[in-house]
Amino acid sequence: MISDISSFASLAPAYPELMLAIGAVVLLLLGVFMKKGSAGAIASLAVILLVIVVGGMVFSDTTGVIFNGGFINDAFARYMKLLVVGASAFTLILSFSSAKAHALDKFEYSVLVLLATLGMMLMVSANDLMSLYIGLELQSLALYVVAAMKRDSAQATEAGLKYFVLGALSSGMLLYGASLVYGFTGHTQLDLILTAVVEGERSIGLIFGMVFLLVGIAFKISAVPFHMWTPDVYEGAPTPVTAFFAAAPKVAAMALLLRVVSVSFHGIISDWQQIVIFLSIASMVLAAFAAIGQNNLKRLLAYSSIGHVGFALVGLSSGTQGGVEGVAIYMAIYVTMTVGIFAAVLSLKTESGYVETISELAGLSKKRPFVAAIMAVLMFSLIGLPPLAGFFAKWHVFLAAIEQNLFILAVIGVLASAVSAFYYLRIVKVMYFDEPVAEFAAVPRELTLVLAISGFLVVTYFVTVGSPLAAAARVAAGSLF
Amino acid sequence: MNLSANLLTVITFLPTVGALLLLFVPGRSEASTNLVRWIALVVTLLTLVLSLYLWAQFDPKNAGFQFVEDFDWIGTSIGYRMGVDGISVLFIPLTTLLMPAVVISAWGSVTTRVKEYMIVFLVLETFMIGAFATLDLAIFYVFFEGTLIPMFLIIGIWGGSRRIQATYKFFFYSFTGTVLMLLAIMFMFWQAGTLDIQELLKFKFAPEVQTWLWLGFFASFAVKMPMWPFHRWLPEAHVEAPTGGSVILAAILLKLGGYGFIRFSIAMFPDASQMFAPFVFTLSIAAIIFTSLIALVQTDIKKLIAYSSVAHMGFVTMGIFAGNVMGIQGALFQMISHGIVSGALFLCVGVVYDRMHTREIEAYGGLVSRMPAYAVIFMVFTMANVGLPGTSGFVGEFLTMLAVFQVNTWVAFFAAFGVILSACYALWLYRRVVFGALTKENLKAILDIDRREAIVLVPLLVLTILFGFYPAPILDATAASVQLVADNFANAVGAVAPVAAAAH
Repeated sequence: MISDISSFASLAPAYPELMLAIGAVVLLLLGVFMKKGSAGAIASLAVILLVIVVGGMVFSDTTGVIFNGGFINDAFARYMKLLVVGASAFTLILSFSSAKAHALDKFEYSVLVLLATLGMMLMVSANDLMSLYIGLELQSLALYVVAAMKRDSAQATEAGLKYFVLGALSSGMLLYGASLVYGFTGHTQLDLILTAVVEGERSIGLIFGMVFLLVGIAFKISAVPFHMWTPDVYEGAPTPVTAFFAAAPKVAAMALLLRVVSVSFHGIISDWQQIVIFLSIASMVLAAFAAIGQNNLKRLLAYSSIGHVGFALVGLSSGTQGGVEGVAIYMAIYVTMTVGIFAAVLSLKTESGYVETISELAGLSKKRPFVAAIMAVLMFSLIGLPPLAGFFAKWHVFLAAIEQNLFILAVIGVLASAVSAFYYLRIVKVMYFDEPVAEFAAVPRELTLVLAISGFLVVTYFVTVGSPLAAAARVAAGSLF
Repeated sequence: MNLSANLLTVITFLPTVGALLLLFVPGRSEASTNLVRWIALVVTLLTLVLSLYLWAQFDPKNAGFQFVEDFDWIGTSIGYRMGVDGISVLFIPLTTLLMPAVVISAWGSVTTRVKEYMIVFLVLETFMIGAFATLDLAIFYVFFEGTLIPMFLIIGIWGGSRRIQATYKFFFYSFTGTVLMLLAIMFMFWQAGTLDIQELLKFKFAPEVQTWLWLGFFASFAVKMPMWPFHRWLPEAHVEAPTGGSVILAAILLKLGGYGFIRFSIAMFPDASQMFAPFVFTLSIAAIIFTSLIALVQTDIKKLIAYSSVAHMGFVTMGIFAGNVMGIQGALFQMISHGIVSGALFLCVGVVYDRMHTREIEAYGGLVSRMPAYAVIFMVFTMANVGLPGTSGFVGEFLTMLAVFQVNTWVAFFAAFGVILSACYALWLYRRVVFGALTKENLKAILDIDRREAIVLVPLLVLTILFGFYPAPILDATAASVQLVADNFANAVGAVAPVAAAAH
């Protein structure tokens, strides 16, 4: 599979990535040569670029393997990349109105987000342990900088440093795992590893390598017990950055995990299944209980995202195509809800700055009924109450687990979701049952739009996107098996 | 669009359309608030008319499902399927009958956030009707569980002083029970390969599987009913909920549990139902006797009625798990009757609460001399609650006790105590509130029910007495389907067919 790099047409499967890479560099040059204060324009251009990339992915469906087997574009990659790019675009839009307050009004921010998105696209499309690592690092390095972008804030710097140290540790583990896998199978290409795993006997070294790989990825998706950085980084990073962290990188890392375990280690399901089950149970349970005591909204959302990763892993635990399909649907719904919630958080500004604690939301339903209503809908959806989208997300993953007789996992999962309801309901309670204390500034128009889109999709999931999304996820999952 | 082909869909989603309409009513002025109320009233009345048309078009001779709609929906699993049989058909008019009552009763008593109040109630109505009308298990779950959202908000926003604890308790009891049912539903899908209730009714689950599935469904329905000892959320939720919330909670939401027991537990897991019947009987007896005793010592009117609801639901579960025609039919009748009577009782409490803003029994006494019309209406519903012959309350209790007598004499023996005890607490309550000397100063200016309250209560009063003397409309509609369920149950558990003598 030697690619002919001189022929531009043979690069067709990677056109979206190429577009994004060239676009990011052009924006970087623009930013450097334009005068100060043009960060807003660059950010808008970045969003337009991402929209063009989405358009490119939707209209050109060239699939195939290129770069000597290092890069694959299949239905699964397209599905996940659409999610990633969509999430990036929306979180960039979220940062428009609050960029100045969060010291993100620099053109570097948009460019770094674009580069991180490029890294995530490579992660999703990686078909080789090396390209996988390159994508992961491109993403991570951009994210470390973005986390610490608010330079004069001790909290943001701490968050960035924490994220960097733990991220570097996890990358190291992943790399070590990759080297072990290569050493014991002789391959770095994911599908070739599978043949080596199936043909040869499964050696201890291979298992070790796989475990290290999984640990590295578990850091990235912040599954318990590798979640420690998440609450601190979420809290410390500027809120638009937190929104970005919570959405796109989670999808990309989850896609990576799905591909690695479903393609490379499909032959040794029983070995990774128990790890995933443990990660899943630990994440669901710990997040459900740890979030109860939180009063900081961003910390709470951090635990919430940990819990949702746990629920998504329930689908993966089954190790079946239905499970991967469930995770794919789960991530799409999770991203929609996350974007909506951060839009709500970023649209609430009092005299003392942006809302950070739950108690500041008191009486929001009287002051800002629209934001409160969307937020309540999203909270009910995060709990997993029908007929909202969050329920169908849980439906698909738990269905997959039940079909593989993973009853204990399923029972613990639904009970954890009952516990998690407690802290989601607290937000609804504060917004609706308490008396207002603060005055809120007007909601920026683009945030209203994002809120409306997210709320609409979550409420009408049942009637509108549910069926096509399930169909797309089925096709995506089918391409891995 | 052919109306009768889509009748169930129209009835189910008409209230949602009304709620969407309400979203676009601007402003919070008095005029727009009144517009909101009128829109809600018209929508609920229209739904009522359509559901009466449904009842009229319903063919009582046909034991199967009617008005069936069937489409694929999400993937291959969840389908959009609607249909009613004799077991579910009556709950739809019951729901739509009480909704206008709730809307009218809120006219004077709910003054804050009227628009939101009407919206959540209309959404709730869709969920309740949908739960009874759907023939897809997943969609049933969606509607069943969906009711938690509006009810959580109703209690939490418009409730009394301890509303937050009450609404949390309501939510967590219901949610925890229901998620276990969700797993059971998934397991059924995996086993049977379909979520179509019509197909599932034909599917035979292995007996050991049935046990687990039965427990999963039981966790949900026992909380919803509620059965003793899972009833702890109910008294608090009732006390703190606004009048409309209490009415819907007692009249409709509790019935979802009973409906579920008949539709799923008895019909789909007959072996497990047979095995667990003594367990259910025990809990039913405990509910009937214990909660009646607890009701005796209550000082809060709403709490007393709430406990009496638990006791009456004990008769329902007892009847259902007797498993014969009479028992199931009695349970259905009891549920319809209790829906009307308990709803009306909570409305009656609402009447005096709106005037005095207290629910303490102590605060009342001698109302008869100032409120004669109210005294009469309250008396009829109290008697119906006791189960006096001539009121609808009698028929259901009598049928269920008769049915359970055939199965287990001791259960019937203990259940009879419930009848005596219900007379004790209900009549005593009535005496303390309505009779006696009118000594309390602040009661001396209390006014009798006005036209608005009469419009709400009189139709319910007429129905209570009508069904007491002439239960045929209900029993006829349910007979064929109940016969089918009971026959299937008897065949499945291999028992000799019980004496199938319908009581009318």
